[in-house]
Amino acid sequence: MKILVCITHVPDTTSKIQFTDNNTKFDKNGVQFIIGPYDDYALARAVELKEQLGGSLTVLNVGEADTEPTLRKALAIGADDAIRVNAHPTDSLFVANQIAHIAKSNGYELILMGRESIDFNGGMVHGMVGEILGMPSFSPVMKLEIDGDTVKMAREIEGGKEQLEAKLPLIAGCQEPIAEWKIPNMRGIMSARTKPLQVVDPVSDEVATSVSNFQLPPAKGAVKLIDKDNVEELVKLLKNEAKVL
Amino acid sequence: MSVLVYLEHADGAVKKSSLEAVSYAKALSDKLGAGDVVAVGLGSIVNDELAKAGTAGASKVLHVSDERLTAGIIQAHASAMAEVYKNVGASTLVLAKSSLGDAVAARLAVKLNAALVSNVVELPETSAGYQVKRSIYTGKAFAITEVTKEHKILAVKKNAVDLKTDGASAAVEAVSVNLSDADFAGKITATDKAEGDILLPEADVVVSGGRGLKGPENWGMIETLAKELGAATGCSKPVSDIGWRPHHEHVGQTGVKVAPTLYVAVGISGAIQHLAGVNSSKCIVVINKDPEAPFFKAADYGIVGDAFEVLPKLTEAVKALK
Ligand SMILES: Cc1cc2nc3c(=O)[nH]c(=O)nc-3n(C[C@H](O)[C@H](O)[C@H](O)COP(=O)(O)OP(=O)(O)OC[C@H]3O[C@@H](n4cnc5c(N)ncnc54)[C@H](O)[C@@H]3O)c2cc1C
Repeated sequence: MKILVCITHVPDTTSKIQFTDNNTKFDKNGVQFIIGPYDDYALARAVELKEQLGGSLTVLNVGEADTEPTLRKALAIGADDAIRVNAHPTDSLFVANQIAHIAKSNGYELILMGRESIDFNGGMVHGMVGEILGMPSFSPVMKLEIDGDTVKMAREIEGGKEQLEAKLPLIAGCQEPIAEWKIPNMRGIMSARTKPLQVVDPVSDEVATSVSNFQLPPAKGAVKLIDKDNVEELVKLLKNEAKVL
Repeated sequence: MSVLVYLEHADGAVKKSSLEAVSYAKALSDKLGAGDVVAVGLGSIVNDELAKAGTAGASKVLHVSDERLTAGIIQAHASAMAEVYKNVGASTLVLAKSSLGDAVAARLAVKLNAALVSNVVELPETSAGYQVKRSIYTGKAFAITEVTKEHKILAVKKNAVDLKTDGASAAVEAVSVNLSDADFAGKITATDKAEGDILLPEADVVVSGGRGLKGPENWGMIETLAKELGAATGCSKPVSDIGWRPHHEHVGQTGVKVAPTLYVAVGISGAIQHLAGVNSSKCIVVINKDPEAPFFKAADYGIVGDAFEVLPKLTEAVKALK
């Protein structure tokens, strides 16, 4: 089976979020970048499926040259080859057009990605790619098994989950517990250095949105501590001061 | 021109977050002179429920009663909404951000050649261009986003806008749409959901437990307090990873993002990834036996103490209030 996994290159979840240039640019100073945690789940499941069914596993990122270490990490985890679309990804439609173009030319049967990126939290790229390609898309998928040309999935719904079946080819936006994150081993890291990483130019420059500037939420005030033997006081404060009861 | 609203429903009731989306659409239409607010319900749902969209601000409700649309089938919902959008001659679609909403809106954006902005927290600013404020980095920042397409889809963050209940009652009108087999490419074979529970993503009050509770057998304390407060229950990631609680209760960066009026965290250390899922809460109460727990830095009120001692007392104190 030919699998494509689309990954984002995002600040580590412990990063302090700050902006520069008059709040128009993300401040990368001191920030470590990782494979998006949801994309990492998708990748881990794809590696398992490849082990089980054979075939090929390609990872794709729309990003500038500084995302290559992230792609190499995906290669170390188990992807066979990588594609980087050389562009700054600021708009979901733009990214979806790039992915759809590459998917169309290479005929992947299964396209996996995270349910959303943890920087812009849009959760829309999988659906857009699906619509552009005329392929079904499902999200958030927490279980995915392949049985011939049938894909058996569990999708999280608010307050529970539903079991689904669909035919290949399809697209899934993934989340846990679809698989456990994989940590690259030494052999993986060594072999990743020589696996192919192809850089291609973007196909269209159409965008639907652009960010004019960023803002940070107001700082939180200090905590008010209440004695553990006086919980009635807490309830009073919640009612009369915070007015939330 | 008009503003269309996509209504989600569960257990036969229109979701609160969808009614918030209706109130947002009404405020938007008042501000921009964007015309009627038309809400759309898909699948089996009674007229009384649909009519609630009227009190939230809709002037009309359209109902596509096709049984097959009762479940949230992404493609079918997108196709149905696209057809209604075109028939109504709408210029903007508003919906609540949710996992289903995201997926449907994404496909709709391509179908309608519309710009989609997700996690919207305020009305657009249109003095120069069309700018929308949205929440990004899992609640740690906002982006003022310029929209450059004529058709717009705005997915409103839950609990970010006021729900209005002073609208007039709206007439419910039946409409039908053409759906193809391809729209039903995914077959739902089973649904596993507790009925009648307060839905965590849109709850007004949430009581969450962490590893400090020691084991699933101790969740009764969390549930009792939640019941007293009319709250939904949540948990930290390790708690759902070990299987103490179901996955859909996992709150945080990689789980459900909540934005309640009151978030009560019990025995949760307050790792940055957990905080990312709760930082939009209006008021945070932390109960932890470790005075150094990082969660206290993000809290409004805190009690340093053993959950097993404090929780029963707190439940009694809440009861006494009533
Ligand atoms: C990429 C990534 C994503 C992640 N995403 C999430 C996420 O979405 N959500 C999430 O929650 N975590 C997430 N995590 C995990 C996170 O880093 C923490 O490990 C986790 O939140 C800790 O859970 P906890 O607070 O329940 O457990 P612990 O860190 O073990 O804390 C238990 C707390 O309970 C207190 N305690 C113990 N006994 C008692 C008692 N009797 N009474 C009162 N207090 C007591 C302790 O003082 C301690 O503070 C993520 C991690 C990574 C790397």
